[in-house]
Amino acid sequence: MKAYLTRRYRFSASHRLHSDSMSAEENQVVYGKCNNPYGHGHNYFLEVTVAGQVDSHTGMVCNLADLDTFVNEKIVERFGLSNLNTLPEFQGVVPTTENLCRELYRTLEEGFHFADVEKVRVEETMLNSFEYAGGKEIRK
Amino acid sequence: MLYLTRKAEFSAAHYYNNPEFSLEENQRIFGKCNNPHGHGHNYTLEVTVKGQVDACSGFVVDLKQLKDIMNREVIDALDHRFLNHEVPEFKHAIPTTENLAIAIWDRLNTKLRTAELHRIRVYETPDLFVDYYGEA
Repeated sequence: MKAYLTRRYRFSASHRLHSDSMSAEENQVVYGKCNNPYGHGHNYFLEVTVAGQVDSHTGMVCNLADLDTFVNEKIVERFGLSNLNTLPEFQGVVPTTENLCRELYRTLEEGFHFADVEKVRVEETMLNSFEYAGGKEIRK
Repeated sequence: MLYLTRKAEFSAAHYYNNPEFSLEENQRIFGKCNNPHGHGHNYTLEVTVKGQVDACSGFVVDLKQLKDIMNREVIDALDHRFLNHEVPEFKHAIPTTENLAIAIWDRLNTKLRTAELHRIRVYETPDLFVDYYGEA
């Protein structure tokens, strides 16, 4: 039987939204306060959803300890308390939460092999959240 | 099609152990969850049903009926219970959140008449939940 397991994580990071393909004025118009030159920060919440058959021996889609280890090492440790604009992933890519979702999904899909990665959901603030499933339809 | 979700809460104890595994394997795979005296959670259950809105009543489902079925079939059976010892589904299956979601689906699916069960979501903690859609 197929089930979907979702785990929530948190990390804080700073970013500045600025695109080199636009003029300074255009950046101001498009990104507003998010374009302030020294950046600003958020407490992000990340929800990782993995899917798979429930193993008849363990009763699990995957072992939560494996998921926690992977996400803490590859995501929380890497992105937490960082300035996203300084990371190689965001050279030439604006660190919007949309692009952050895509990067987090890619990291999980490439590296986590204990279950299928279904989607990521990132809350930038209590009022904004973003979901990405690598092009798949998001299941509600 | 319209979707309606009803929440409920229950508190229960469980531990994870597979008698086919050695003591060491159980410890390695299940960690602290293998402690035989168990531990507990405040679970939150979300039951989502789907259906057409009835032209007369304006309901997808009679919420009182849904609430009564959830209370009778799920909450009364699981609340303040040690899942491994007191709930028949877990005499042999390990009471993980995955298996709990499947057991709750099976308990409700046959009892709902007017609406179709869409999803069972079980929160073990605010940071961990499982969705089950009745898929094989």
